[in-house]
Amino acid sequence: MKKYIAKRIMLMFVTAFVTMTVLFVLIRLLPNHVHAALGGYAKQEEMMREAWGYNKPIIVQYGIFLKNVFTEWNWGFCTEVGTYLQPVTEYVTSKLPATIYINVISVVFSIPLGVIFGVIAANYKNRWQDHIINFFIMLFISVPSFVFAFFLQYIVGFKLGLLPLVMKSGTDYFTWAMLRSAIMPILAMSFYIIAGDMRYVRAELTETMTSDYMLLARTKGLTRRQALFRHALRNSMVPLVPTFLADVIYVISGSMIIEQIFAVPGIGKVFVLSVTSRDYSVLQFVAMFYTCIDLVAALLFDLSYGLIDPRIRMGGGKNNELS
Amino acid sequence: MNYPEHIPAKKFEFVQQDAQIHDLKFETEPVGYLKDAFRRFRKNKSSVIGGIVIIILILFALITPFISRYGVSDRDAYYAYALPKNNLFSKLGFWDGCQTVTVNQQTYDRYEAIPGAVVKHISEEAADARDSRKGSTHKIRLDTYAKVGYIYKTITDQEYQDILAYEKKTGIQVLYPLIDSSQVKAAAYQNDANAWYLTNEKGVAKRDKEGKLRDIYLLDEEGNPLYTKPVGNGTQHEVRVLYSTWYQMLNGEHASFLFGADANGYDILVRIASGARLSFLLSIGVSAINLFLGIFIGSLEGYYGGKFDLIMERIKEFLYEIPTIVIFSLFQLHLASKVGPVVSLLFAFIFFGWIHTSSTVRAQFYRFKGQEYVMAARTLGAKDSRLIFRHILPNGIGYIITASVLSIPSTILSEASLSYLGILNLQTDTMTSIGTMLSNGQSTLSTYPHCLFFPAAFIALLMICFNMFGNGLRDAFNPSLRGADEG
Repeated sequence: MKKYIAKRIMLMFVTAFVTMTVLFVLIRLLPNHVHAALGGYAKQEEMMREAWGYNKPIIVQYGIFLKNVFTEWNWGFCTEVGTYLQPVTEYVTSKLPATIYINVISVVFSIPLGVIFGVIAANYKNRWQDHIINFFIMLFISVPSFVFAFFLQYIVGFKLGLLPLVMKSGTDYFTWAMLRSAIMPILAMSFYIIAGDMRYVRAELTETMTSDYMLLARTKGLTRRQALFRHALRNSMVPLVPTFLADVIYVISGSMIIEQIFAVPGIGKVFVLSVTSRDYSVLQFVAMFYTCIDLVAALLFDLSYGLIDPRIRMGGGKNNELS
Repeated sequence: MNYPEHIPAKKFEFVQQDAQIHDLKFETEPVGYLKDAFRRFRKNKSSVIGGIVIIILILFALITPFISRYGVSDRDAYYAYALPKNNLFSKLGFWDGCQTVTVNQQTYDRYEAIPGAVVKHISEEAADARDSRKGSTHKIRLDTYAKVGYIYKTITDQEYQDILAYEKKTGIQVLYPLIDSSQVKAAAYQNDANAWYLTNEKGVAKRDKEGKLRDIYLLDEEGNPLYTKPVGNGTQHEVRVLYSTWYQMLNGEHASFLFGADANGYDILVRIASGARLSFLLSIGVSAINLFLGIFIGSLEGYYGGKFDLIMERIKEFLYEIPTIVIFSLFQLHLASKVGPVVSLLFAFIFFGWIHTSSTVRAQFYRFKGQEYVMAARTLGAKDSRLIFRHILPNGIGYIITASVLSIPSTILSEASLSYLGILNLQTDTMTSIGTMLSNGQSTLSTYPHCLFFPAAFIALLMICFNMFGNGLRDAFNPSLRGADEG
């Protein structure tokens, strides 16, 4: 097991490094104009290019980049977005809290709801409760989150005037005013997570309910409810925990669309801005950030199966032995 | 040997002489895999409805540009933000292009001066006597088509004669008297063709005793209102026309946009249809290419295995780890200026889209290539290509078809999201996308929600139907997957 984990982590670093190299080359090959801070004079621009190392061969540039990253954690500086010449790491880190704030609340709010409604649907299978829940699963999974977001913004925000149209700026995250302005983005984001969790829980639980040990549990005299909560629910949680774990990790990657609609000053917005206004250092850093989240999520997702359910042998050979 | 003597030899006959000893034909109709799947699919009512609505939406996207009065690139800036109007329903008081607004006295006077603009005067709130800044306000039902009102036009002599002939023929008044600009008191109304009435400096109308507006037309020496003023050496005329009748003269009928008009005065209906057409074409193209590539690569990997398999698996793992949004962005940044945004989007979709199909196909090959029936076929001399396409691949056809149909809505949604975010720029005069329309409509969500409503409703309906259709398709092709759902 330990050997397998070590191997996976090594592989993860290799993938991250290869991705970083490919991203660097692709981004540096783009038409790379230097922000004309001094009024766009050709000579100054040329001097800046020279000073920032854009005239060197790309392999040398990459060497410098690697040295900066690994010795000083210096990923370059902002040119088009944020404050001019602000370090990229500082700028992006300053955008993280808003994203995490919205996503953490939405995950904390969605997972219990998803589980509760999933259990209800499985318990009342093919009855009206189940049909209603299925209808909502269909609706929330199919309809894109931006449609919900517009709907909320128009009805709740504008017509009824209950909540602010966009999220409040500032860093006072623990005040009521901030939470109130974040309710709509959180809701818009939660529908999809709730529906996904409901669907998983329902499918897993209905499958578990048909297994033999459930029959035994009923035969030995447990009521349906006891059997459901003490035996079926616990077992059907096994494949679900990795899903929830992945939900939690993706918390920091943020939803670009929701952030755009509700003007959340978060990381998704930074990515879109860096692409549309072509700030390549920021793009490089955020793209790398997203890649690392994906890698970590995939790793944890795989490992958690083995940790939660000892019957699954991680990295075993064809005989499913521990390595 | 002793033959029984009492049976004469000529009584013997050959049993098999004319007998047909092969299997009897099936009494019932033979049911193949596809037919069976279709039969199962038909039982699922919601999927059938989903499929029918998808077909209707595709037909809508294909046919609308041909039967609509407006083309994709027809724009009329005067009718920007015009509300949805259907001539059939307009008499009944809804879908009539009207809007209920509350306006101040100046604006109300201006709208009242335009024929047809104020459909209904709902209520009036008198001016606040204590607060002089607050004038009286009016709640009115405003026709968003008529409110354009009068405009100034500079036309040639020939056009002028044509208008006069048109007026004589139909009896519809197009030309209206010019305004005496020396009598316009309010600065804001100096060049406004709608300010034909006497106002004070603030723009509030000065009415006569009966409450009627008093005109300030430009008069000639005899006191008759002037309809034209020569400009540019007298070769051209400056005239004042009512825009709705001017439009009627040019187009034969009044303007009416079924889904309203957007910020640039484009017809939303035909823009949605054209955006949807692009989405459908793109997603079906992507799906077909990925299906082909996925089957090709997956078969080679799965059937031959070895080094090729190993290398392709590493490439897939690597591609799979890069977030798709980064891939889309880099493709747009690199290729959009060279081959256009649509083609670079297509490339980006293909770049990682084949991975899923090829993995499914590869898994099928690993499962079946060692089985006895494949060995039997090989022993009988079947070639590799026959083994691949006739014996192994058909096992996974259900999964493959379902996966590629289900990739269509996700492609459409990705395209809409990317163009909404502005990473992908598809907005031109002749082309648009649902995402761009959403992004443009969002800025006027509170005042003109129709710009946003119709594209959003379209994409929501499309996604719901595709999901219902896809679920039915999955159940029909893979009956074994139903277990969890049916219990």
